[in-house]
Amino acid sequence: MSASASMPSRPGAASLGSGVSDRLSKKASRHVKERIIEALLFSAAAFSVFVTVAIVYVLVKESWVFFETVPLSDFLFDTQWTPLFDDAHYGIMVLLSGTLTSSAVALVVAIPLGTIIALYLSEFAGFKVREIAKPFLELLGGVPTIVYGYFALTFLTPILQRIYPDLPGFNLLSAGLVMGIMIIPYVASLSEDAMRAVPMSLREGSYAMGATRLQTALWVVTPAATSGIASAYILGISRAVGETMILAVAAGMQPNLTFNPAEPGATITSYIVQVALGDLPHGSIGYQTIFAAGLTLLLMTLAFNLLGYWLRKRFREVY
Amino acid sequence: MQIPSTGLEAGVEGAVLKADVRDLDFYYGAFHALKRVSMPIHDHMVTALIGPSGCGKSTLLRCFNRMHDLYPGNRYDGGGIVLYPDNTNLLAPEVDPIEVRMRISMVFQKPNPFPKSIYENVAYSLRVRGMRNKNELDDRVESALKGAALWNEVSNRLNELGANLSGGQQQRLCIARALASDPEIILFDEPTSALDPIATASIEELIIELKEKVTILIVTHNMQQAARISDYTAYMYLGEMVEFGVTDQVFIKPQKKATEDYITGRFG
Amino acid sequence: MKAADIDAIRAIITRAKRWDLFFSLLGILSLMVGVLTFTVLFVDMAIQGVPRLNLDFFTSFPSRKAANAGILSAWVGTVLVMVLTALAAVPLGVAAGVYLEEYAPKNWITDIIEINISNLAGIPSIVYGLLALGLFVYYFGFGQSILSAGLTLALLILPVIIVATREAIRAIPQSIHEGSYACGATTWQTVSDHILPYSSAGILTGVIIGMARAIGETAPIITIGALTFIAFLPPAPFTGEPPAGLFDWIFAPFTVMPIQMFNWTSRPEAAFTVNAAAAGFVLVFMTLAMNGLAIYVRYRLRKNIKW
Ligand SMILES: Nc1ncnc2c1ncn2[C@@H]1O[C@H](COP(=O)(O)OP(=O)(O)OP(=O)(O)O)[C@@H](O)[C@H]1O
Ligand SMILES: [Mg+2]
Repeated sequence: MSASASMPSRPGAASLGSGVSDRLSKKASRHVKERIIEALLFSAAAFSVFVTVAIVYVLVKESWVFFETVPLSDFLFDTQWTPLFDDAHYGIMVLLSGTLTSSAVALVVAIPLGTIIALYLSEFAGFKVREIAKPFLELLGGVPTIVYGYFALTFLTPILQRIYPDLPGFNLLSAGLVMGIMIIPYVASLSEDAMRAVPMSLREGSYAMGATRLQTALWVVTPAATSGIASAYILGISRAVGETMILAVAAGMQPNLTFNPAEPGATITSYIVQVALGDLPHGSIGYQTIFAAGLTLLLMTLAFNLLGYWLRKRFREVY
Repeated sequence: MQIPSTGLEAGVEGAVLKADVRDLDFYYGAFHALKRVSMPIHDHMVTALIGPSGCGKSTLLRCFNRMHDLYPGNRYDGGGIVLYPDNTNLLAPEVDPIEVRMRISMVFQKPNPFPKSIYENVAYSLRVRGMRNKNELDDRVESALKGAALWNEVSNRLNELGANLSGGQQQRLCIARALASDPEIILFDEPTSALDPIATASIEELIIELKEKVTILIVTHNMQQAARISDYTAYMYLGEMVEFGVTDQVFIKPQKKATEDYITGRFG
Repeated sequence: MKAADIDAIRAIITRAKRWDLFFSLLGILSLMVGVLTFTVLFVDMAIQGVPRLNLDFFTSFPSRKAANAGILSAWVGTVLVMVLTALAAVPLGVAAGVYLEEYAPKNWITDIIEINISNLAGIPSIVYGLLALGLFVYYFGFGQSILSAGLTLALLILPVIIVATREAIRAIPQSIHEGSYACGATTWQTVSDHILPYSSAGILTGVIIGMARAIGETAPIITIGALTFIAFLPPAPFTGEPPAGLFDWIFAPFTVMPIQMFNWTSRPEAAFTVNAAAAGFVLVFMTLAMNGLAIYVRYRLRKNIKW
């Protein structure tokens, strides 16, 4: 395909004399069109940076107003969170304790199960099992979290209450356990990717020494995939910390400074939902608290993301 | 499983047989990679496998420690490899590949130290055998590293990562790893092809020393290397064993025209 | 080797293999925890909710009386929001993916964009809700409308579509690029004539997965202040007086399926819990169908395309 063939709209190249310059000018117009398209595509890619900037801008701007009223030290060290009361307190620690407790419960479920599933799929399972299990795990990760919340509240909590009759109807335990199940696919599939990236030559070296599958999996594959597995864990943590609906539905939304999963509690995320459900006037201090809470959440996940990114980068460099 | 002897081992000057490949057929899926291959392996000798690329040298070597069992679709079909003195057919389905690998160790083409310390790399084949006693481990690791002529270079950095060593050192580390558990045979698949001439020379020297302790089967592309270090040489072509004999004879007076052409460089 | 040594080796192997077996069982068991939870969840919801699933349920507005309540405004809202989400996210995401794979030079700007996209994928959805609340609802003045919700979810699934596009393009062999350039094609001609058509199935998979995720998202839409009780429909799209009337639907208040479900779940009366189960069943069915479709498209793709 030549340039003239691709641009039949300019039939001027009939005479030999004008042919050369004409062809050059075609190239120029082609060039301009290419540049415009490239610029458009670039702006689409750069738009994602704009989204990040906008997130930071909105959260910081609204939080700024908040922190003009509430000193940072109160925000960090107060042990009560009652922003909507007359005697308002703004101790984020209260919400943070709910977030951390429920996340801890979730990780206790998701990390061991996710890691075992990853090891099993990457080192033990045959091709067929893997082909079935992976899409299934994807489905498990695709169930809307509101449905998981419903499940925790109406199914798991009553069962747990049979075991511990004192368990309140809203509690962090049930929400955390279901959240753990929800996170398994993320941990398992990223860990498995990291394990499968371990070169076959290392496995062969291990098997050639007479190692079994489990020995190879635990003593050679896992250490070689450590940073990838760690970054999978970090993604899991970041999911747990940011999860909203399961907690809003099943953990109750009462702010409660506790690390006991058997109690109800509010998390940063469920607090935001609670406020959004009410009708706080735009610009009020209550409205701004959700941005301060959101900023806290963003900073936490940002830290996790960076750590995970750094780990993934390191793990790519190993081989 | 009784396999009739091929009689190939006869006529080789008084050496003791360590293993015997008899009429071995091997398939990668539908691809017939080894065709009725027979050859003897002599105790405490170096046997070299030579032949053009793709002729099945690695395939044959990897039958010895059942490496092929790791991948679905690979199939041993008829014949076998008999290990002496206990007369076990290594390829018999009832023989556990792990047991085979504990008796027959392997060193690969590219050094593949584990992402562990030098010490742990060598101790690996012992730990796999359930050895936990620290003193015993220390002793065995040290003697394996000495056996692989690496001890002097690494004795004060045993806790560093194996991957921090030079290519030649890494390969000697892999030899120490293979040596640590006292195997009966060590398989080498082109162990020097990724190394520079100096590192190659030291590995060759090491292999010659090692035959005091262990039987060696080595695949090599380098004709001079085969001539320098091996006692017996086997020439393979297109999955078949063309010629087997004492190295000097194979190189000076090959029986088959094809072998002569390959050795003199007229082909391959 | 002595017979005694071989026996010792065999004993060690037997013991080690017992651990292998144990771990295999543990692996299957762990998978089963996932399978079982999902099955129980689905079956429990089906038992509770399916009896409620009659035509009236789909054609009624929510109501104070549980037995009369339905999901009409919810599913209509979900459909309309999804249309806007797809319209915004697909072109933007595909364009960004194409840029990063086919145009982007290796420099720090590209690096920043890439790091940024992987970072966006890790930001909790509720933070997108806060962004939308500050930006779309108040700053741009779109209010608590279908437009705000559609754009919010579009931002949320943008990384999914970008990543899927890039993976689909990367699966195309280099020889096809070279073949096209060798014919004298420009980058854009290569992209529009070869890259996009060949990667379309892969991109489609990513779009479906992204949309399935968007359908179930609740938190960001609650955050922008969507109402939980809507007993009317937005004006039918493109039927109003032109020009303004054509687009009045995008500024209408709305509710969506997951919010309707949330609303019913948080009521104490058992009758509403049944409604929640029914809505949840529909919701899970929709996401399962979409995910299943994506898996099927990918499977067909892998089977059919031989480079
Ligand atoms: N995993 C496999 N699946 C299918 N065929 C294979 C596989 N591995 C090797 N082969 C084929 O088997 C034949 C023998 O391969 P092998 O690796 O044994 O050759 P080789 O003699 O070691 O060659 P080289 O000197 O290049 O290492 C070759 O034709 C090769 O293509
Ligand atoms: Mg080879």
